[in-house]
Amino acid sequence: MSKPQFVYVTYIAAPPERVWEALTKPDISEKYWFGYRVTADGRAGERMTAVNPAGRLAHDDPILESDPPRRLVYGWKPLYKDMPDERASRVTFVLEPFKGQTRLTVTHDEFDDGSKIFGMIAKGWPAVLSSLKSFLETGRGLEPSWGEEERKRAGGA
Amino acid sequence: MIDAAAFKPKTVYVTYIVATPEAVFAALTEPDFTRRYFGGFAIDVEPRVGGAFRLLYPDGRVHMSGRVLDWTPGRRFSCTWLVEGIPGFDQLPECIVTYEIEPAGDACRLTMTESHSWDVPEAILSGGRAGWPAILSGLKSLVETGKAPAIAMAPPEGFMDAVRHAVSEKPWTKETRR
Repeated sequence: MSKPQFVYVTYIAAPPERVWEALTKPDISEKYWFGYRVTADGRAGERMTAVNPAGRLAHDDPILESDPPRRLVYGWKPLYKDMPDERASRVTFVLEPFKGQTRLTVTHDEFDDGSKIFGMIAKGWPAVLSSLKSFLETGRGLEPSWGEEERKRAGGA
Repeated sequence: MIDAAAFKPKTVYVTYIVATPEAVFAALTEPDFTRRYFGGFAIDVEPRVGGAFRLLYPDGRVHMSGRVLDWTPGRRFSCTWLVEGIPGFDQLPECIVTYEIEPAGDACRLTMTESHSWDVPEAILSGGRAGWPAILSGLKSLVETGKAPAIAMAPPEGFMDAVRHAVSEKPWTKETRR
């Protein structure tokens, strides 16, 4: 049986450099990642951190690979206290230039069988990446309804 | 009518679009929109359950044909798909494509589900898995910005061979006999 693996592809009308910035700089991420300040512009061995809208640390994971603006890999272990205690999974971003646009492929894997976090990220990534695409193409991200639950969690983390 | 219960979801793609459900439904079902993000194909659909559904090349030839299974404006659009425009492809069993639109905050969530009645090889599913993200990214851009970036798609490696193999072996006939 194969391990759970989530793959999502989206095409964004912006060059890879802008997509890379949006994925790694907190001042940009908070505008589309539902208020999360994500810092991932370090080198391999340094940290990826995410701070939720309530100002609490939601992630503090190792950057495993960084090749701007093509490939970024980091660990993924949410620090919310009500999260299931599972081993760290892995997120890989691949950015490919395509006629002035970017094909962005996000692969989230290294989950244990039966992972509860897998179900959450499978719902979360399409919203985050749709918001990223809207933000880079129109200047505005999304405010989808799943943010309701996220906001509650952000307050209690 | 076909037995929709015999079809299993094989590929699902979700995207959130900043628009009303009605605008997304129009983008899925009106030719002036589909031409701009769906590989140049114009949709031609009779807006009722059981109605005819086709995707047409710019010169009017039929690329894809099927029947409408669900027509719920602003909510759901589902139909059977049979590829007619590529020699041999019309020998494959038809699949079902369903679009579902749900309100989500100031946006809506569009879920595309491609379902099949037989044990489709991964190499054939790879065609849709490569195509849908490009098509639905284009739809989202078009609805939100008025522009759909040109995304030229070629069939993934092994796709055409897998289709030819399936057409000659017809594994779905063996499955039903079993």
